[in-house]
Amino acid sequence: MSSGLKTFAASVAVTAALALGLGGAMAAETPKKGGVLKFVVPDEPPSFDGHRETTFALIHPIAPFYSLLAKVNPENSSDPTDIICDLCTEMPKATDGGKTFTFKLRQGVTFEDGSPLDAKDVKATFDKIIFPAEGVSSARKAYFVMVDSVEAPDASTVVFKLKYPSSAFIPALAMPFNFIYDDAKLAQDMHWYEKNVLGSGPFQKFERQAGAFIKGTASPNYYEKGKPYLDGIEAIFAKKESLRVQAIRGDRAAIEFRGFPPQSRDDLVKALGKDITVQESDWNCVLLITPNHRKKPFDDVRVRRALTLAVDRWGGSEYLSKIAIVKTVGGIAFPKHPLAATKAELEQLAGYWPDLAKSREEAKKLLKEAGIPDGFKFTLNNRAVDQPYKIVGTWLIDQWKQIGLAVDQQVQPTGPFYDTLRKKQDFDVSIDFNCQSIVNPLLDVSKFISAERSGSQYGGYEDAEVDKLFDAMNQTDDTAEQRKLMRRMEQIVLDEKALGFITMWWYRIIPHRSYVKGWNVSPSHYLNQDLANVWLDQ
Amino acid sequence: MHQYIVKRILLMIPTLFGAAVLVFFLMRMIPGDVCELRLAGTGSTFDPQALTLCQEELGLDEPMFVQFASWVGGFFVGDLGTSMWTNQPIVSEIALRFQVSLQIALMATVVSIVISIPMGIISAVKRNTWADYAVRAFSIAGIAMPSFWLGILIILGLLVTSQAWYGVPWMPPITYVPIWEDWKVNLSMLIWPALATGYRYSAVATRMTRSAMLEVLREDYVRTARAKGLIEKVIVNRHALKNALLPVVTVIGIEFAFLMGGLVVTEQVFNLNGLGKLFVESVSNHDYTMTQSLVMLVALIFVVTNFIVDLFYAWLDPRIRYS
Repeated sequence: MSSGLKTFAASVAVTAALALGLGGAMAAETPKKGGVLKFVVPDEPPSFDGHRETTFALIHPIAPFYSLLAKVNPENSSDPTDIICDLCTEMPKATDGGKTFTFKLRQGVTFEDGSPLDAKDVKATFDKIIFPAEGVSSARKAYFVMVDSVEAPDASTVVFKLKYPSSAFIPALAMPFNFIYDDAKLAQDMHWYEKNVLGSGPFQKFERQAGAFIKGTASPNYYEKGKPYLDGIEAIFAKKESLRVQAIRGDRAAIEFRGFPPQSRDDLVKALGKDITVQESDWNCVLLITPNHRKKPFDDVRVRRALTLAVDRWGGSEYLSKIAIVKTVGGIAFPKHPLAATKAELEQLAGYWPDLAKSREEAKKLLKEAGIPDGFKFTLNNRAVDQPYKIVGTWLIDQWKQIGLAVDQQVQPTGPFYDTLRKKQDFDVSIDFNCQSIVNPLLDVSKFISAERSGSQYGGYEDAEVDKLFDAMNQTDDTAEQRKLMRRMEQIVLDEKALGFITMWWYRIIPHRSYVKGWNVSPSHYLNQDLANVWLDQ
Repeated sequence: MHQYIVKRILLMIPTLFGAAVLVFFLMRMIPGDVCELRLAGTGSTFDPQALTLCQEELGLDEPMFVQFASWVGGFFVGDLGTSMWTNQPIVSEIALRFQVSLQIALMATVVSIVISIPMGIISAVKRNTWADYAVRAFSIAGIAMPSFWLGILIILGLLVTSQAWYGVPWMPPITYVPIWEDWKVNLSMLIWPALATGYRYSAVATRMTRSAMLEVLREDYVRTARAKGLIEKVIVNRHALKNALLPVVTVIGIEFAFLMGGLVVTEQVFNLNGLGKLFVESVSNHDYTMTQSLVMLVALIFVVTNFIVDLFYAWLDPRIRYS
């Protein structure tokens, strides 16, 4: 074995050991203070208002300046259900039959300008998110449909009253975009936070050079004593993926928090050996196939079922995971969540059968019954983004070829792509995606409810049965019941009515400089980004 | 001459207006808008009300001619408005990038001139010798190789060689520092893209210098100079070169204008926060106001550069007189 290969093999062994949890000793290291964490971000946020924007390009550079009411546990960020307090003192137990949540707040927290942060700031923040005033845009209003009111009976107490008990409420509350704003600033101008940054997070002194970077320095008044460990952060905007990879290799940046394809991971590990550490995780993003129910022959359930039956998800996972950021085979709920289908349950669904030959025979039979001739042509609408859209799209074309379909791929930039889905609605079959921050399957599956209610279901179908199941599981806090309802919904969506399909769930690969410590990969590139726990071992 | 200058300046107005009309309407022919992109983030929970609100805020719900009149009106009074993507004033967004692009353009132009003129002269004077063949091969390679590809090779080369020699991979800085703040960091970042683009740029100018020199060296006055016994160095440098430079200056002028806004990919390869990168981002974000302003800026740079080049002709060749 050549020395290069030996280094590569050793590095892979090290990273695998980390992934297997053998890095416990390393995790127990005492954090060192100091240093500036430089990280690369592929895009620049359109504004600085977390309540308004939807992109991770806002979270990575801006989240370190803000606090949340609750957040995912940074020490256990791979667990999608482990939500802990940030500004609150203790996660509350629901009262009033599951309809009231009372949060007690930390004392002595201040915004960067020295003004105290209290319950009225939290109330003003969530009022803006849940009940936005006219002319104010809130991207996450729909996640709080269960909330009736937000009250602040005293300076340290916030009470959320729900219309009905809902297990989706706490995860929604812990979404990383829910930055706590100063109510005085909001009272002056509801749009103030679009152009300004003023928070109570681990970092302060926001500095921006448009198109180049965002910098911050450690806040001396941060409420978690001893944190942050870093002296500062610098988010460097770099659009090209190859440059971001080289930036880590050349140590111009220590990490990129979104995720790289497997080849980039392997290149970095090969080049840097022990100086690079790789963290990997299932990713709460999924690539979907959306047949257009408004168009023939995709209004025919037999044709749609044939499309999903042709796809070899188990085999595809093995091969595609070597070249693309997809890997995990799953149903409609995030695979690592308690509400997700087990492998045995998945194997009962069309398109997940273990016997691929049988599946494709069934697909051919269905196409024949539906009167679809051999060599039937249609177009797959896709987004002009390599990872993973174009790669998976190309793979799908081959999958459908196996049952006698001839598919062209129409690749469009993001603007025209969405225009086709939302306005023109003239596509045959389209790739679509669902990429969520906090893992909240009860609401994340709203992508599959009727088009009229979902707003983001582009297949154009209406299905009262699916809507009913969605409502029922969102209005019970019984996990067993939720799971049962989720399975039924999954069966209808993916199999019986073949309304829309899952290809594969994404897989997050974060190769970073080994001196970056205290950051743990999570199932979403939106989560665990306040960087309070991160330190540099240099 | 003054009449000519005034006439040329007046002719710039319809040229710029034509560019304004074209870019305004072409941008709006692309399906989708900036609001749809802003709301595309997670692929889910799309709120049609938020889309409408965003379009109203940005004035996209106004009739197209109202939008056009508002933009052109602002342009004439020097108000370029705000970026639809970042909501920041366009003037400040462009000003920031302008200095990066200007420095790169100047450095690449210097690299190009330093390479192209001596090599073009050598190639012409030593026609059909090994020196001529070497220069031609070098310049053809420069034309054939895209500068962004050369940029990628430079970065990889730096990473690999520094790791092999010093054990630590090194690459140029990826955040811009103005030259007056830290000239070492500034140059260690910008010298590489200047070399990559300057080389390609020099390749065109080298070939132009060679062919212009060959033509001039055949002229009667050069033969006369030789017959008078002038030494070759004087003939080439004082008599031939100045006359051969006319087309070379044109090429250099056009390439300079191109460099100001056209280093689209090279700027991304080196993460230069210049006008080219801003151009790509504003087009892909459907940021109409920013794209329109950038197109107008680049059109203005081209028009002004051409004008300056025309004036420069008169200095190079006193026989040229404008009226």
